Amino acid sequence: MNIPTYKTEQLKCWNKAKELRNNFYKNYASAHEKGGIRWAGGAWSFGAIPAGLGRDVFPLTGEPYAASIAFNKEFSIRCMEAVEKKGYARDLCSYMRNYWGSIILDEWAFGGKFQKPDFMWQDHICCSHSKWYQVASELEGGVPTFSIDVTVGPYNTVKEHKIDYLVNQMLDGIEWLEKTTGRKYNDELLIEACKNEFRSTSKWAKICELNMTQPAPLDEKSMYSFYVFGTLAKHSGEFADFYDELYDEVKYRVENQIAATPHEVCRLMSDTQPPWGFLKIFRYLESFGAVSVGSLYTFGLIGVWEDKPDGSWGARTTPMEKGIEIKTREQALRLLADWNLSKPEWQHFYSPHLKSEMMIKIAKQWKLDGIMLHYNRGCEGLSLGIAENRLALIEAGFPVMTFEGNMGDEREFDEAQAKSRMDSFMETLGFKQLKI
Amino acid sequence: MISKFREWNANRHAYAQEWKKKTGGKVVGYFCTYVPEEILYAADILPVRILGGHEPQDLTEPHIFGMFCPFCRDCLAQGLKGKYNYLDGIMIAHSCLHIRQAYTSWEKHLPTQFTYYLPMPNNVQSPHAIPYLAEEIRDFKKAVEKWIGRELSDDDIIRGIQLMDESRNLMRKLYEFKAMENPPISGEETMQIAITQQMVRKEEHSEALKDLLSKIQSNGKKSGTRLMILGSENDDIPFVNMVEGCGATIVIDDHCVGTRYFWNSVNYNGGDPIQAIAKRYVERPACPSKDWMDRTRVTHLLKLAKDFNAKGAILIQQKFCDPHELDIPAIKKAFNEAGIPTLFLEFDVTVPIGQFKIRVEAFLEMLNEDDLF
Repeated sequence: MNIPTYKTEQLKCWNKAKELRNNFYKNYASAHEKGGIRWAGGAWSFGAIPAGLGRDVFPLTGEPYAASIAFNKEFSIRCMEAVEKKGYARDLCSYMRNYWGSIILDEWAFGGKFQKPDFMWQDHICCSHSKWYQVASELEGGVPTFSIDVTVGPYNTVKEHKIDYLVNQMLDGIEWLEKTTGRKYNDELLIEACKNEFRSTSKWAKICELNMTQPAPLDEKSMYSFYVFGTLAKHSGEFADFYDELYDEVKYRVENQIAATPHEVCRLMSDTQPPWGFLKIFRYLESFGAVSVGSLYTFGLIGVWEDKPDGSWGARTTPMEKGIEIKTREQALRLLADWNLSKPEWQHFYSPHLKSEMMIKIAKQWKLDGIMLHYNRGCEGLSLGIAENRLALIEAGFPVMTFEGNMGDEREFDEAQAKSRMDSFMETLGFKQLKI
Repeated sequence: MISKFREWNANRHAYAQEWKKKTGGKVVGYFCTYVPEEILYAADILPVRILGGHEPQDLTEPHIFGMFCPFCRDCLAQGLKGKYNYLDGIMIAHSCLHIRQAYTSWEKHLPTQFTYYLPMPNNVQSPHAIPYLAEEIRDFKKAVEKWIGRELSDDDIIRGIQLMDESRNLMRKLYEFKAMENPPISGEETMQIAITQQMVRKEEHSEALKDLLSKIQSNGKKSGTRLMILGSENDDIPFVNMVEGCGATIVIDDHCVGTRYFWNSVNYNGGDPIQAIAKRYVERPACPSKDWMDRTRVTHLLKLAKDFNAKGAILIQQKFCDPHELDIPAIKKAFNEAGIPTLFLEFDVTVPIGQFKIRVEAFLEMLNEDDLF
């Protein structure tokens, strides 16, 4: 086999990404020092809404915070054990258990005591979502909590009454925020945050589109460090601006054939969250010249997409790109509800077959050689229907490999076995470890 | 008195097939008790709850990842084994993720004429849940009308409500006997009636139940230790027999095969019948997947335990059942604080009767230690 050699170089915005992420947690932790507000909630919660309380309102999103804990295996194990001691089952969401453990131990993942929020603001599509913060509130002695139910069915069935259900809960939520914080709500800030969210989540999809290029300018392990901004605060103007910057850099890499890995001979995608403590498995794949160019998870957890007139899958056109002027609270909330309901990673909560269709589109458009499905014991939500996805991908003609693990509980990931499966998969696909 | 119900339960598939042959009607299998059966009754359809077979199986391995609950896999296995080949349609209302997988796999691999996913709101504590669900039920009604080829009038819907409510009210009457000092009906007998309530035409079931209620003695033999059972889906008759065989009487339950299915009624008294149905489903005793942000279940369960004078409670959880796993620590704490000891048991498709028997015996011994000394 002819092994190509591509130019590679570190991403220029890498250090800026690290700084932005560090500042995100610092801002949250120090919010009270400047009279600000801090809230906690899920990565999918409608963060644009509390943004209407002021510019000194800082979120802590549970999933990325818990993933940071998972990366620190020693702390994560202590969190898990603390939760189990309280009587909670060890097969529950491992993000949730890391998060609760951090509260119970009163330890902040980045040093010091756990930083209690002033209120919790959640949304609910997975069985664990609202229950996560119900328990968190109890563990923290009764932090006020509000959650918005978004379980109205897949986007292809959306009707006005479904949007009304979401918007009415959002409007109640705004009243609740005013009562809970004693602050007057600012619709201008809401509109600004909504625009930021449309911009950032569409731009992230555009960045992922660039990875259709051969050689891929980004590998999935690096993408995890960037998609995270959408999970931290997709409504943040600073993060939306950063995605613009990242897009320009990735585009430059495409134009100049700067690759993520120097010897790309095999293109893969994964599925669901990776085992965060073992991201080195992606580097192991590179020893075969294999690059994971993304996944429905990396593309669509936060990225918002749509079917294009030519049948392809691409970044969703924002309301601003359509020339829509957002003037009122109600209009902003309707657009926000509609936008989020089209999120790719919300569709399989209703049917794995919708997810299979999107995965097959990715496999074709991104020109993949094979697919690795992480049967993730740590997330019932994203592992939902994964066995049916496997069947559908095989039926569509794509080689599929599965490995079991857990995104946040290292006790359930067997690194040697996963690597052994990767060896077999690579052999099946006809690739050998490169001797370069 | 219970033989009719036992026979129906043992021959559930034969019953549905015979009903279909006799009436020429349609049978719809449903996966969750949030399905508004009133609409199906209005359309003269036989709704049957799809339940597991309590036998080890490996048919579902390619379809559902093994970390999901054994109940959802057992339900799908029944379809894959061909046990429900007589179904004309299947449907589900939005509740937990696990059972939804049984529905979506069935939908693809076991095609039927009619399939329907009904988005039942999870935020049942929101004032917007009822109007929203009413719209969803209207859409469901339209889908049924399209399938059966005729419109359902308000009178049809009201008839559906009346059939469902009669059945619910009769079950509440039956449970009044269970609150007595010496209940004339056992937990096993109650479970037979509760299971068949979900698979036999309500008219027939209600007739048999009326007959039973007319014959039932107001006082039975001296009861055993009064227990409550609660938690995940549970239709495990051998388990209940074992518990009662150890000297207990199950006087009250909180299961979706059981009180959660029938505890509240529509109580239609005019106005929009669809809105009335929506109100009933939003306000019914909640599945844990819908019990947030307030924990209404804890209050409800403690009231049941008190009203039925339960001395202890067995907390049952299907392995991997996240919604119940998220509630059980809070329930255990509340029960223990209320002086009601609890025993936690994790269920699978089959339960280890021998091991569970030792634990149940120890639990009963602990509950009765005052009597010993």
